[in-house]
Amino acid sequence: MEDGVKKFLYVNRKAPYGTIYALESLEVVLIGAAFDQDVSLAFLDDGVFQLVKSQDTKEIGVKNFSPTFRALGDYEVTKLFVERESLDERGLTADDLQEIMWEDEDEDYAEKPSIRIVSRAEMADVMADQDVILSF
Amino acid sequence: MATLHTVNKSPFATQALLSCLGHAKAGDTILMIEDGVYGAASGTGLSDALAAMSGNVTLAVLAPDMKARGIDEGRLMDGVKTVDYAGFVELAATTDRTQNWL
Amino acid sequence: MKFGVVVSEGPYTHQASDTAYHFVTAAIAAGHEVPRVFFYHDGVNVGTRLSIPPQDERNIQQQWTALAAEHGTDLVICIAAAQRRGLLDQKEADRQGKDASNIAEGFRISGLGQLIEMGIDTDRLMTFGD
Repeated sequence: MEDGVKKFLYVNRKAPYGTIYALESLEVVLIGAAFDQDVSLAFLDDGVFQLVKSQDTKEIGVKNFSPTFRALGDYEVTKLFVERESLDERGLTADDLQEIMWEDEDEDYAEKPSIRIVSRAEMADVMADQDVILSF
Repeated sequence: MATLHTVNKSPFATQALLSCLGHAKAGDTILMIEDGVYGAASGTGLSDALAAMSGNVTLAVLAPDMKARGIDEGRLMDGVKTVDYAGFVELAATTDRTQNWL
Repeated sequence: MKFGVVVSEGPYTHQASDTAYHFVTAAIAAGHEVPRVFFYHDGVNVGTRLSIPPQDERNIQQQWTALAAEHGTDLVICIAAAQRRGLLDQKEADRQGKDASNIAEGFRISGLGQLIEMGIDTDRLMTFGD
């Protein structure tokens, strides 16, 4: 751990809208961004559903918060780990997910994808590498 | 660098325990608390799968939650440790991080 | 060891607050520090002073209030989650034009930054939820 910088992992395992956990966890991420820690987000199990594109919430009358994921790059939250096995189990592919990019100022602001699709084993390694794990 | 995982839901109700087992690493401890203690019982439809998946992790169960639910210590899977709240605290203090599977 | 604790479900409906409380008391008894407990999601409802549980059941809010009084534990209720769910202190009630407040003794309303700071300043973070 660098001086005063901890690795924070926000674990998302629940689908959006049926419960508030997806939305309120994202609110923690946004506030947490101001604290300059080493932040990663993990999406596994039903959490992968949070990143599916084309969410249209008009008819259920709740706010569509999915565009907020696209703003994460501006908050320097650029590591969104998505578990491949969780996608496969749910019949999803990378094409079903939103495009979420960040700008790498070290490479002339080149746009890079924030979503990193990882295997279950790689996800386990990510988790084992953290200092603080927040679950919602 | 071990992790203490906690699981608080019955494996017959949600996938939390199975997902936890799928991500735990060798040397980790999985502590079953609240309704999660049902996962520690032997002779269930999941016992064999759980035993097979948990080879290199330590399984533990929170005794107060077990007793509350009328689960006798004799009905636990082999190798499952029982701890009280003080033991829960000790597990959290002696591992490197905690991950709560909700 | 310094523990940070998050309670993310409301009283009685989920066991989360009870398990958290027993964990915290055991940690303190073992000589560890629990400087803060952060209440998020429906956990904010632990901090209402208006609950009247049956006489022969534990009073979850009073247990936390007493723990804070005895050990100085900082019981923090997330303002965003509290606003959604109607958990107010007098300042919030006045600010928002509500005709009542309901926060219990020993609890205070503050921002999500307190949760992040807790993660930074403690050695272990435990979440008790659904």
